[in-house]
Amino acid sequence: MADETSPRQAALHEVVQDIPREGRCFEIEELSVAYAGKTALSGLNLYVPRHRVTAFIGPSGCGKSTLLRAFNRLHDLNDDVDRQGRIMLEGQEIHAPEVDVADLRRRVGMVFQTPNPFPMSIYENVAFGLRLQAALPKRRRDEVIEWALESAALWDEVKHRLHDSALSLSGGQQQRLVIARTLAVQPEVLLLDEPASALDPISTLKIEELIRTLKSHLTLVLVTHNMQQAARVSDYTAFLEGGELIEYGATDTLFTNPRLARTENYITGRTDR
Amino acid sequence: MDITTDTHSQHISKQFNQELEELKTHLMTMGGQVEKQVQDAVTALLESDSRLGERVSDDDKSVNDMQLKIDDECTRVLARRQPAASDLRLVLAVIRATSDLERIGDEASKIARNAVVLSEAGNGPKGLVEVRHISEHVRAMVRDSLTAFARFDIDLALKVVHEDEAVDNEYTSAMRSLMTFMMEDPRSITSVLSVMWVLRALERIGDHANNLAEYVIYLVKGLDIRHIDPDELDEDALKRQS
Repeated sequence: MADETSPRQAALHEVVQDIPREGRCFEIEELSVAYAGKTALSGLNLYVPRHRVTAFIGPSGCGKSTLLRAFNRLHDLNDDVDRQGRIMLEGQEIHAPEVDVADLRRRVGMVFQTPNPFPMSIYENVAFGLRLQAALPKRRRDEVIEWALESAALWDEVKHRLHDSALSLSGGQQQRLVIARTLAVQPEVLLLDEPASALDPISTLKIEELIRTLKSHLTLVLVTHNMQQAARVSDYTAFLEGGELIEYGATDTLFTNPRLARTENYITGRTDR
Repeated sequence: MDITTDTHSQHISKQFNQELEELKTHLMTMGGQVEKQVQDAVTALLESDSRLGERVSDDDKSVNDMQLKIDDECTRVLARRQPAASDLRLVLAVIRATSDLERIGDEASKIARNAVVLSEAGNGPKGLVEVRHISEHVRAMVRDSLTAFARFDIDLALKVVHEDEAVDNEYTSAMRSLMTFMMEDPRSITSVLSVMWVLRALERIGDHANNLAEYVIYLVKGLDIRHIDPDELDEDALKRQS
C-alpha cells in the first residue's frame, strides 16, 4: 500500500496489528500533549475503527485519559496544556478554525468515572442537552427522551418517576442516566473514562451490556484500569505506557498472544524487568 | 512474544507464580508415571512377565486420579485468576496435555493386557522385533515431548512432530509383515492379532506424544499447529525469537 512507505506509516505498522484500515472514525497523527511542560503523550499515531469498541489500557499516568480527552478537545479548557499533531474525525481536523467546539462535543460525547447527573429531575437531565440545541415541540422532546432512556437501558426502571430527582437514583442508574443524557443529542462517538469503576458488579455488567448494544450505531472508546473489562467488551485494545502507544491490536489477539513483552507483563500482572 | 521457563515466575502475585509452578510440576509427575507405565508394559510383553503386565493395569488408576487433580487445579486457576496471554496458554496446554497423558496410560494398559494374554499362551510370538523397535521410538517421543514441555523447547518439540511421521511409516510396514505371518501360518493368527493390537497402541502413543509436542509450540509461540501437515510447517518462522 502506498501510504505504508512513509516512515510515520511504517512506525504505525510496527505497533498496530489487525486493525481494519477501512472505516476509520478517528485518525490521530503525531499527537503530543504536555501539561505545563510535562509530556503526557508523545508522537502518538493511531486510528479508531467506526462502530467498534476500542479500549485504552495502561498503568496510571500512561496518557490514556489524556488521549481520550483530546478526542473532543477537553484540553482546550485548560490553559497550560500544549498540544501538537492532528486529530481527524471522519476525515476532518477537529482543531480546524471552522469547527464549532460545542458541536464537536455533541458529536463526541463523554462519560466520566463518577456519575455526574445535574441536581434536577430525571427528565430534565436528559432534556438538558436537547434544550441547548434546538427548541423541540414538547411531544417530540418526550419521544427523544424516551428513546434516549431506552437506549441507555434505563427506561423501564424510571418511566414512572421521570420527575423525581436524578440524585435519588443508584450509582449505576445515575451512570446510565448520564449516558442517556449524552445519547439524547445523538452523538457519533461515545468516550467512556472508567465508566464502571465506581459501580457494583451488577451495575458494571449492565453498563458493559449497554456498550455492546450501542456499538451498532456508535463508535465507542473506553478507558479502563480493569483488564478483564477491556477483554470482555472491546473489539480492539491499545496498550499505552509512558505516553507512548506500545501495542494496538484485536482484543482477542492482545489478550491471548500479545506481541511484545511489555504488553504481556502488564496484562498478566508481571513486574517489568 | 516467546516465553521462557521462568516466565511464569515473574508475577507480582507470588501465590500465582506458585500455582502455575505447581501445575507444571504435577504435569511432569504425571508424565513420569505414564512414561514408566509404557516402559513396564513393553517390558512385560518382551519378557513374557504377566505379573508386571497386571501391575501396569493397576497403575492406570493413579494416572486417572492425577488427571482429575490437575484438571481441578486448572479450573481453580481459571476461576480465580482469569489468566491472560502466556498464563492462559499454559493452563490450556496443561489441560490438553493431561488428557493425552491419560490416554497414553490407557494405551499402555492395553499393551499390558495383551502381554498377559501372550505370556499365558506361551511360545514366543512373531513380530516382537517390530514391537521392540517401534516401542523404543515411541518411548523416546514421549520422553522428548515431556522434556520439551518442561524446558519450553521448540526445537525438541518439532523433532517429536517429525518423529511421528517415521513411526507411522514403521507401523504400516510392521503391520504388513505381520499380515504375511498370518497368511503363512494360520495357527499363529490369535497371537499375531494380539501383537497387532500392541503395535496399534504404540502407534497411538506416538500420536499422543505428537499432540504434547504441539501444545508446547502453542504454549511458547501462541501458534496452534494442530491439523497442519508437518512438512508444511514454516519451521524457520517458528524457531525465530520474537
